Amino acid sequence: MIFEYAPAPESRSVVTLRESYGLFIDGEFAPAASGENLTSLNPADETKLAQVAVAGPEDVERAVAAARRAQETVWGRMSGAERGKYLFRIARIVQERSRELAVLESLDNGKPIKETRDVDLPLVAAHFFYYAGWADKLAHAGLGPDPKPLGVAAQVIPWNFPLLMLAWKIAPALATGNTVVLKPAETTPLTALVFAEICQEADLPPGVVNILTGAGDTGRALVEHPGVDKVAFTGSTEVGRQIARSVAGTDKRLTLELGGKGANIVYEDAAIDQAVEGIVSGIFFNQGHVCCAGSRLLVQESVADEVLTRLKERVARLRLGDPLDKNTDIGAINSAAQLERIRELTEAGEAEGAQRWSPACDIPESGYWFAPTIFTGVSQAHRVAREEIFGPVLSVLTFRTPDEAVVKANNTPYGLSAGVWTEKGSRMLWTAERLRAGVVWSNTFNKFDPTSPFGGYKESGYGREGGRHGLEAYVG
Amino acid sequence: MPVSHTASAPEAMTDRALRAFLHGLPGVDEVGARARAQDLSTRSIKTTAKAQAIDLAISMVDLTTLEGADTPGKVRSLCAKAALPDPADRTVPHVGAVCVYPDMVSTAVEALRGTGIGVASVATAFPAGRAPLEVKLADTARAVADGATEIDMVIDRGAFLSGDYLKVYEEIGAVKETCGGAHLKVILETGELVTYDNVRRASHLAMRAGADFIKTSTGKVSPAATLPVVLVMLEAVRDHRAETGRYVGVKPAGGIRTTKDAIRNLVLVNETAGPAWLTPDLFRIGASSLLNDLLMQRTRLTTGTYPGPDYYTLD
Amino acid sequence: MAERRGGKKAGKGGAAGAAQAPAVPARLAVRKIYKLYLGGAFPRSESGRSYPVTSNDGTHLANAALASRKDAREAVAAARKAFGGWSGRTAYNRGQILYRVAEVLEGRRDQFAARAVAAQGLSRARAEEVVSAAIDRWVYYAGWTDKVAQVVGGANPVSGPYYNHSAPEPTGVVVVFAPQNAPLLGLTSVLAPVIATGNTAVVVASETAPLAAVDLAEVLATSDLPGGVVGLLTGRVPELGPHLASHADVNALDLTGAGRDAVAFEEAAAQTLTRVVRPGPGADAGEEAWLDPDPGTSRMTPFLETKTVWHPVGV
Repeated sequence: MIFEYAPAPESRSVVTLRESYGLFIDGEFAPAASGENLTSLNPADETKLAQVAVAGPEDVERAVAAARRAQETVWGRMSGAERGKYLFRIARIVQERSRELAVLESLDNGKPIKETRDVDLPLVAAHFFYYAGWADKLAHAGLGPDPKPLGVAAQVIPWNFPLLMLAWKIAPALATGNTVVLKPAETTPLTALVFAEICQEADLPPGVVNILTGAGDTGRALVEHPGVDKVAFTGSTEVGRQIARSVAGTDKRLTLELGGKGANIVYEDAAIDQAVEGIVSGIFFNQGHVCCAGSRLLVQESVADEVLTRLKERVARLRLGDPLDKNTDIGAINSAAQLERIRELTEAGEAEGAQRWSPACDIPESGYWFAPTIFTGVSQAHRVAREEIFGPVLSVLTFRTPDEAVVKANNTPYGLSAGVWTEKGSRMLWTAERLRAGVVWSNTFNKFDPTSPFGGYKESGYGREGGRHGLEAYVG
Repeated sequence: MPVSHTASAPEAMTDRALRAFLHGLPGVDEVGARARAQDLSTRSIKTTAKAQAIDLAISMVDLTTLEGADTPGKVRSLCAKAALPDPADRTVPHVGAVCVYPDMVSTAVEALRGTGIGVASVATAFPAGRAPLEVKLADTARAVADGATEIDMVIDRGAFLSGDYLKVYEEIGAVKETCGGAHLKVILETGELVTYDNVRRASHLAMRAGADFIKTSTGKVSPAATLPVVLVMLEAVRDHRAETGRYVGVKPAGGIRTTKDAIRNLVLVNETAGPAWLTPDLFRIGASSLLNDLLMQRTRLTTGTYPGPDYYTLD
Repeated sequence: MAERRGGKKAGKGGAAGAAQAPAVPARLAVRKIYKLYLGGAFPRSESGRSYPVTSNDGTHLANAALASRKDAREAVAAARKAFGGWSGRTAYNRGQILYRVAEVLEGRRDQFAARAVAAQGLSRARAEEVVSAAIDRWVYYAGWTDKVAQVVGGANPVSGPYYNHSAPEPTGVVVVFAPQNAPLLGLTSVLAPVIATGNTAVVVASETAPLAAVDLAEVLATSDLPGGVVGLLTGRVPELGPHLASHADVNALDLTGAGRDAVAFEEAAAQTLTRVVRPGPGADAGEEAWLDPDPGTSRMTPFLETKTVWHPVGV
């Protein structure tokens, strides 16, 4: 019989959006000096959510000055214990307002409420809790007896995990005594602005956190501002390169968390049902808008047919649609531009001779959507095996021996993440040891924890976020 | 619906072949299995879907009484409840079967005559299964002779845990033969098998030996029908179907007390084995107090007000 | 110390005339009686005994339960029972609960400050400082729960194809003899690190100043700390200590408040190689000795075992 799940939408009423948002500088919201604005859309139906200011050079100047003032007069001088208590307070308010933030994140980003509610928001709160606890324990972190803050951190974050990336940036910076100017992504600024309200609610001293909304020009002006001591960027490898070039010859410290083309290696002795789940969450979690996604499945030839059969059956059960529906597994693509890029790359995949498959899947009429897609018959030379698609598109390759799996997995300029599926512990460790990737998940995928460092090898960036190692990027 | 309940006669098996088969099954990663079950348990089943699920769940209930204190009176009133779960609402479907001890089968058969509701009997020295094979077969034969349409047997967990898979296999085969036309449900008692690897192996063992249903638990051991256990068993029947073409049913029993528990099980069925299993022919829920919770939730959906337990018959 | 009930308030002059009505307050205060904290509940001592507690200047404040050997035994049993669950919780969850203790304590800061003024004779300003430091101490250890393993554990570069990794684990049940002269901040400073690391604790409160400890137990009981994680005994160190120190199901002793019995307890502990933390310098000092805001890992590592795991690396 057909068991049709009725719509189960999470209520939007928990979110109260303002018509327009200013920049958050020195503890207050203010319009951009230029008066320029941009509009943030709901990618699920292309309706307008709110207007936000576009920060220009003057605004950047003001924000950096406010951050400098706060760092030198208040935040840098405060005891670690007191700084920690502010961060604990922020963590608690995030917990209290978690449903509001989850719904808003789903509206602005297009990701399913199931993920914002059960993954993003709990991790955001946990990240603040974790770094709150470090603030008065820096002497025990193995970074010297008395680690000092760097000063003002310029932070630019992407649209795929808007609030979580904010937490990854702000929590360690503040815990170590830095102040920040953060720019959220152009298409997903809204939860960062609610976070600014949370800073006010927490009585965080003005200037400690400043939020500048805008697009690429705003980000460039911020990271190139001579008054910042530290730049932290998460986003594309291309922009990462530009930033690395721009800080050359300055004293600015830099950490970059960039693209990836993660390999998910499935050995023939893997726990197959769980491996299939891991493949699915590796590439379809967050519509594949994940820099560490397992976008290349490397499956041992002896089990390839069985794995693919099960994988397709499983993918056919994914539920695509309204991000606010509690049963949605695959939400909307974040923007028209991203959808265009996914289309271009998948068309190239077909043109290059890979076999494309998607399940039967109703696509909503408005909004930006892309059905889960699997390419088989992919070779290392295909663009879908080399370029980051950043969408729900999996490229399947096969291998015969562990050596071949490792060689293929490493045959990419990226090196952010990898997965290894086997019931044999020694083989798992052997493989992990040889993978040139900053995070290796074994018999799981896309797991994050504030205590666990995250970051890439090679063109996936440098520096680590999370864990004790995440402090290092913010102390001198 | 392509349902075949006629298991082919169990193949003759050697100990070595059986062991190789069972140990060759892919492993189950505990954390991953739990995570999948947990993920599916967040499905939100509302309004029309909930109404559909509740009626389906009612029709899948094996309404059970397995107490030392059972009497003909108790069994007769349970049967009345099975046939007419809510005297105030005739649109409520009847349950799948009534499940009793062997000595109560004739009472139940009498009470259910003409209702179309099956009588399931536990057998084979339920719940421990610690009796000689001839006793177990006699137990089964008597229940079948008295009119049981379904037999819920327990496996020899001691034999399974000591690696004597062939003994378990042959015992199931012998009971199956004794069942004649009655459907055989094989209780794995997953709470004593402990690991999901064992649950998967025992599931395949039982199916190979001729089980029409695989059932989680006796209800006398905790934990019983946890969601990850049901998930692993649903994967097993799905895989068995893919390999042999034969549909085997699944029956979680023990610990399913609320509508929410029941609906979570139905979601697992829907998204693991698939919609073909969403029928009382292939999925049952062994329970007693669950039925009244389903009825109360049904009333809540139709009237919009929360009902109280005093408005539902005890049995 | 007297073991009896009641105060010995001096009579009123003695020669009061019969015509003079006794002075009664407009409203009679409801006094709290102070009990033990065992297994999440607040029982009286099974012995039915209590003892008077006075302030530094001799004023009677209240009576406290005088715990017996059997109460101590119950406390250890409850702590052992709670150990599996508490140590099995995620470090993050333990941190959240310890932070919750700080939140609830903050809400009752006036009560604790007033207690310190009345019982210890601290100035109001010093009392506030002590209470603030106690609250912040819970926050401090809340932050350690998920960091101590990263500071004291790690990967070991052994020579050979092996993955080798060491991580700390809680040792088990820890008996804490709380500082005698630092009933709130001192107690917090020795207790919080024990439970932050996943141990469970049996606390013997300051004999002469036990009331703050009972107040603190009420905070713990309302902060989502599972019952049994902390047990609190009020009474005499010489009476309770020998049984706790020699108890074979106790894994470690913090002897800070054991006074002149510390050496004897250490000797008794040797029989089962129970881990021992000796009273440090300042063990007898007042609250001011505990004000250092960063005590580091020194009170956690004595109650941690290091576990090293080897695993081959190969295809």
